[in-house]
This record gives sequence, C-alpha cells and structure tokens, in this order.
Amino acid sequence: MSARYPFSAIAGQEELKQALLLTAVDPLIGGLLAFGDRGTGKSTAVRALAALLPEIRATSCPYHCDPDSPAAQCPVCRATTTHKIRKIPIPVVDLPLGATEDRVLGALNLERALSHGEKHFEPGLLAQANRGYLYVDEVNLLEDHIVDLLLDVAASGENVVEREGLSIRHPARIVLVGSGNPEEGELRPQLLDRFGLSVEVRTPSQVADWVEIVKRRDAFERDPEGFSAQWEKAEDQTRRRILKARRALHAVVVPDAILARAAELCINLKTDGLRGQLTLMRAARARAAFAGDRQVTEAHLRELAAPALRHRLRRNPLDETGSTARISRAVAEVLGA
Amino acid sequence: MAEGDAALAMALLAVDPARLGGVTFRGRGGPARDSLIEFLGKALPGQRLFRLPPHIGEDRLSGSLDVAATLRSGRPVHDRGLLAEAAGGLLLLTSAERLSSGKAALIAAAIDTATDSGLLLICDEGGDDENAPPALAERTAFRIDLDGLDGDAAVAIDVAPARALLAHVILPDDILEGLCRTALALGVGSLRPALMAAAAARASAALDQRPLVTLEDAQTAARLVLGPRARHAPATEEAEANEPPPPPPPSSSDDSSDTDRPPTDQEIGEMLLAAVRASLPPGLLAALEAGLRQQAAKPGAGGLAAKAGLKRGRPLGTRPGQPRNGARLALIDTLRAAAPWQPVRRRARPEREGLHIAGTDFRIRRFKPRHETTAIFVVDASRSAAMRRMAEAKGAVELLLADCYVRRDRTALIAFRGSGAELLLPPTRSLQRARKSLADLPGGGGTPLCAGIEQAIAVADQVRRAGGIPLAVFLTDGKANITRAGTPGRAEALADAEAAARALRITGLRALMIDLAESGPGPCRRLAEAMGASYLPLPYADAARISQSVAAAMKSGA
Repeated sequence: MSARYPFSAIAGQEELKQALLLTAVDPLIGGLLAFGDRGTGKSTAVRALAALLPEIRATSCPYHCDPDSPAAQCPVCRATTTHKIRKIPIPVVDLPLGATEDRVLGALNLERALSHGEKHFEPGLLAQANRGYLYVDEVNLLEDHIVDLLLDVAASGENVVEREGLSIRHPARIVLVGSGNPEEGELRPQLLDRFGLSVEVRTPSQVADWVEIVKRRDAFERDPEGFSAQWEKAEDQTRRRILKARRALHAVVVPDAILARAAELCINLKTDGLRGQLTLMRAARARAAFAGDRQVTEAHLRELAAPALRHRLRRNPLDETGSTARISRAVAEVLGA
Repeated sequence: MAEGDAALAMALLAVDPARLGGVTFRGRGGPARDSLIEFLGKALPGQRLFRLPPHIGEDRLSGSLDVAATLRSGRPVHDRGLLAEAAGGLLLLTSAERLSSGKAALIAAAIDTATDSGLLLICDEGGDDENAPPALAERTAFRIDLDGLDGDAAVAIDVAPARALLAHVILPDDILEGLCRTALALGVGSLRPALMAAAAARASAALDQRPLVTLEDAQTAARLVLGPRARHAPATEEAEANEPPPPPPPSSSDDSSDTDRPPTDQEIGEMLLAAVRASLPPGLLAALEAGLRQQAAKPGAGGLAAKAGLKRGRPLGTRPGQPRNGARLALIDTLRAAAPWQPVRRRARPEREGLHIAGTDFRIRRFKPRHETTAIFVVDASRSAAMRRMAEAKGAVELLLADCYVRRDRTALIAFRGSGAELLLPPTRSLQRARKSLADLPGGGGTPLCAGIEQAIAVADQVRRAGGIPLAVFLTDGKANITRAGTPGRAEALADAEAAARALRITGLRALMIDLAESGPGPCRRLAEAMGASYLPLPYADAARISQSVAAAMKSGA
C-alpha cells in the first residue's frame, strides 16, 4: 500500500499509542514490547508513527548518519567534512522471522568478494534501521541468539561485526519494537527486562469499537488519499507536539521526592536491577514533556508504572495474578489510591 | 462446504482480490481444487500462477545473489526472488502446512506491502490435522473444505461488470455493525476477518449488480468469511437448543427485513449469526478449535529444525555446499579449496582478473544444533487414579512445569481415561496453556493404560522428528482395565499395556514412571521395567521430590 494509515486515525489501543509516542519523544526509553492478539494493529501503529514523524537529514552513507552530530556518525562520515545531505523518512525496518545473523548484522559482500576479490562489508538490517525503528513481529518465536544480539545493539547503539575477516563497527541507534502472542511461547525473562516499555494489546471486546475500526479502515482502503487528507490536521498537531516535547525534554525537572517514590514502587514490586526505575523515570519525564508539564508528578508515575514495570516483575510462573493487577496494587500502596 | 459456496467464494475473490487476500483449501487436492483455481485464473486474466513448494529456499523467495551465475559470468548476477516476480499474480502454496513460520512471515510481509496490483494467495493444506501457518491463513478470506466437492464445482461467472461496479457499492452502517457483532459473537479474535467480511459483502453486492449491500450479502459474507473462523459457538446457541425458539419480537425476524420497520443492528447481528450457524456441521467447532490450538503450538514446524544444522549451534567444521538459504560461507576454507587450482584456471581464462573461484570450491559451515528437551506428561485421569491421587499428581506436574519454564524445555500433556488417550496439549513452551489444560483435566472412567503409552510413543516420535529430545513422565496407578481394542478386561488390558511398554523401550524413549498406587509396588513396577524407565512410587515421594527426579532425568538426557 503506497499511502500509510494515519496514526491519529487508529481507534483504541491508547496504551500502545502512548508508549509509541513516548519512544518518539525520548528514544532512550529503549524499545517497546507489545504482547497480545493478532490483527490488532500493532504493526500498523508502528508504521504510522514513523510516517508521522518529520523527515530526517542524513548523509549518503549506508547508515544514513546524522550530519549534525559527528559523535554518532560512522567512521567514513566522521572522516569527511563535506557531506551530501539528503532528507529521508524515519526508517522502519521489518525483521522477518527467518532472518539469519548475516542478514541482521551485515556480512561479507559475496558479490564484491567473488567478482573483484575485494573485502567489502554488506550492511544488514541493523544498518538500515539506524536512527529509526526495527520492528520484530513474533519476537517470541525469534531464535534466542538473534534476540540477544538485537537487544545488545539496541542498548549500545552500535553494531560491532567481527567475522569472516571483517572488523566493522557502525552506529545502530534503533528503537526496537517487538510484538507477539504469549500463547505461542514466551520470551526469556532476561530478555523481557531489556525492553523499555511493555504494553498488552487486546482485541477490543465492544462492538462499537470494532465498528469504528472497521469503518475507518474501510474508508482508508477505498480512498487512501482522501482519508489521509481528512486526518492531516490531527497528524500535524501530534507531530508538533512531539517536536515540542523533544525540545522541552531536557528542561523537565524530576524532583527528588518523585525519584524516591519511583524507587519505593520498584522496591515494593521487587523488580530486579535498576533498569526498571531508570525506564520509569525516563518515561515519566517524556510523558510530562509531551503533556507540556515542567515537572514530573505522581500522576505521571501512576500512569506509567504499568508499561514501565510490568515485564520486570519476578514472576512465579504458576501465579495467576496478572502483572498489571500486581502493579496497580503496589501503586495504590505507595502512591495512595 | 456446499458446492455453491465454494464457487461463490471464488467469484467474490475474483471481484475484489486485493482486499480478500486469497483462499485456503483444506483436504486432498483433486479435480475440484483444480477447477476452482482454473476459474480464478480465467476470471483474472493476465495473472500468472506461481507454485511455491514448502521446501522453497528463503533465498529464492526474497532474492539474493546467484552465486553460480555470478561465477560463470564474472559479474554480479542477482536473482529477484519469487515474491517480487509474482507481484500482482497468484501464489499457490502447495502443502502450506509444511511451510516454516519464517518463510510464512516473508510471504505475509510481501502480501502486506504488495502494491495495488495485489498478490493473491492460495494455500493448500494436506488435510489431516495440520494447518497452514496462521500468519497466512489469517490473510486469506476464505477457507474451503475440498472433501465432498466434485470436479465441476466452479461455474463460469463473468466478474468484469462486478469489478467495475465495486468502487461504487455502498455498505450501510447497520450492516457493518452486524458483521462486527457476528465476528465478536463467534470469538473471531482478530479484526482482519471483520474487514474481509465487509469487503466480501461489498463484492457480493457488486456481483449481483446492486449498488447497495443488503442483508443477504452480509449473510453470505458472514457464512463464508466468519463461519470457518469461529473459535467458539455463538453464546445463544445453547439457549436455543434447550428451549423452544424465543418468542418472536413484535415484528418477527422473517418479515422485518421487507416491511415497514428496518431491523435493528442487534437483529442484523442475530440474522448473520443464524446464517453462519446453519452452515456449520455439528462438532465442527470443537474440531476447528483443536486444529487452531495445535497449529498455534508449532513454531516453525519441520522446516526450521531440518535446516538447523546449517544455521546455529556449536560449530562443527565445514563441508562442500552452496552458501544459500542461510548456510554460512566458510571463506577461508573456500579459498583454501580454490588455491591449488589457480594456475590451471588462470591459464584457461587469462582475461579474468582476481581469484578464480568455481562453484565446487564453496565450503559452508556446519553447526551442531542445540537440542531441546520436551517433557511429555502422561497422566492417568481414570476414576481409580482420580479418586485418590489426582491432586498430588497435579501438584507434581505443576512443579515440573515451573522447572520446565526455567529450563526453557517444552511440555506436552497426554491424559488417558475412559476408552482412550488424548493429547491435551501438543508440545509447547507456553506455560499459560500447559497450566490451563492441566487445571481443566477431566477425571473419571476406566484406565486405558495401553492407549496412553502408545500415544506417548507417537508424540515422542513427532518431537524427535522436529529435532528435539523427548522424555516421557507417566503418572498412573497401573491398574489398567481397558484393552488396546477399547473393551474392558483387566488381565488382557495389563498384557496390552506391557506390550506397549516394551514397544516404548524399543524406540529408546527415556521414561520415568511415577506410581500413584497406594498399596506397595503394583503393576507399575513391572511396567517400568518393561519400559526401561526409572521407577518412583508416589507414597514415598512428595511433589518436590518428583520434580527433582524428573529434573535429574532431563539433565542426563540433554
């Protein structure tokens, strides 16, 4: 489909949409895990968000480096001062389930090696996704070693290839978005923890929601341009809000009292490690910036406790209480009902 | 499915291929399937049919460097990939149930990104209990059961006028709402089918040369698109089966569509449900659900595992072969193989620069795949066992499940009771599902121990074929009283069970027998010996101890 479904026209799935917006405001939040039913618009939402974001300025190298921040450039771009600048949309790269390590990391370019006898690096999906989103559908079915590798790169922002006589490192600042259906298999707990936010996506259970979704989708498919034009204003608004939030992000204050509350929450929930608290703080800050607030408040914590922490709980695999319920209990205890 | 419906589905597909996606055929291919496909080919002139066998390489699907041609010509030759070539055409996936989930994902992505020309998918399932990958089945609007259809199922319909009209067909809101309501009531867990039903209703109206979608169109759509996807029977069904039909509303549903008062959304939903229900043979829903569950539990059946030796695991050295389909080229070994031939080849083709490498020089890496353990729990749910030790047995299995979760093992659950054994949970890594099926474990009836053992052998065989290591854990009191043939008879039943146990030993399946009998070592001990299984009487074992011993058995097996 040539035209993209507008982000603002996605009906329902508020939590997913909000989490995506926050990753757009602060990519350091570190990825998103969306677990839930099939056909609920997870991939539509990711693609729509990327289309909504403004185009980025990029150099002409395979990693489309940022011409304005030399620190995040590949060695080739860093070595030159005169860049050919182009404007590209934020990349959204799909990682297919059967992808091999070569395809993800990049590998020796066989073509050049064979026909010219040259050692040349053929960039992989990680290079393509630099400065954008890497979307993995059914991340729970992906082979463990590939998931390990993705999370490593997502955390370090750099892809290091040491194989087949190649020694390459290139920037790979990606926001990893994974989705899947937990009924088909679960992610290893140590991997869950590495995703920044996690949302539960459910098929809506109300007829009215279904009707609204089907109606909008139907209208879009029959007249993509007309439909997009209808939503252009809302899209513009959201885009401006994101940009404004990005600029405001550094000025948002996180009071010590709020940090203490976040820590109390994490201790109450016995989350392992500090990642949970860091993410909660970053997400709350992004949320505040997005709402136009200058300070993070308890309300922000309350709102983001579930997406930031629900996948980090120590889980008795046989305990039937959902993570979300445990979090709302803890929130009520720590922050008051 | 009625013959008329099959032909109708094909016609609708021909009217709006881009939004209906395709069709999944179930059952053995035959003249019926061929004539339906032929009809599609005729209705959509100029579209080529591409056949994709399940063993097609990922390279061939998405395109890559053609190594052999590159070498021959000395310049890069690319293979576009079948999915790119097939854009706008028909894709026929034969034996789609054998397609690995990785390849299915590639195809699904190609369908999603196909331009307006569309890419029509025809999945072909072999019948039996196996289904096409869910990612693909989800993207085809129709599902046609070929059993019972004969050769000339399709009739010639000219769809050109309908296609011209399609863009102008109006779908009233109340009909749309009715379709959504029906999808919800049938437990269709995804929004895609609802969208496809809306498209099918439109296509149906267009086919009839009507600019407005009517209730009949919606009924057709509900029957063809939503019906085969029903996950549970509509909630109203039982009520209606038990009671006489509810008193008709002021204007009965029969005439409400053509008299003064238009039907409400609710009523439209009911009418559409009735249409679906009428087309569903009894028992189908249960079978369907079993099928759907099974398919969900099978990540990357066969395909991935078979190739595992070339992709992952501990490195095992290299062997000659082509670096395609994910096999990794061992560069140094390839060069080493090519080195001795350089002078000869240079003489043969002096005009070529660089290294002379031929297809036969290629060496690819091999890996030793990591084998997963699958614990198959075979639980005696008969009356004798259920009365006494069921709670303890369940407790033990739960502990073991927690252990399997930590170790990333897979679990399967077989229960035997009454006259046979049943695979309640195919091998899965999902703890939620294992737990659920254990909690729902029904109890009571005779003890068909022999059936239980045989089922365990069958499942273990499947696990082995998929590259895993099976381990069977029996929880029973050994008081077999149902024979292999399913008739009562204690002595014969025990003899049958012992025969099955010996058969199990021959297959080399590692087993553990947990004796639920209360009074001393009973027949279980003998069975365990016949199986070559470890024996553990429950009276001396609490749940924690059972868990430990299974864990020990798994470790020595892995």
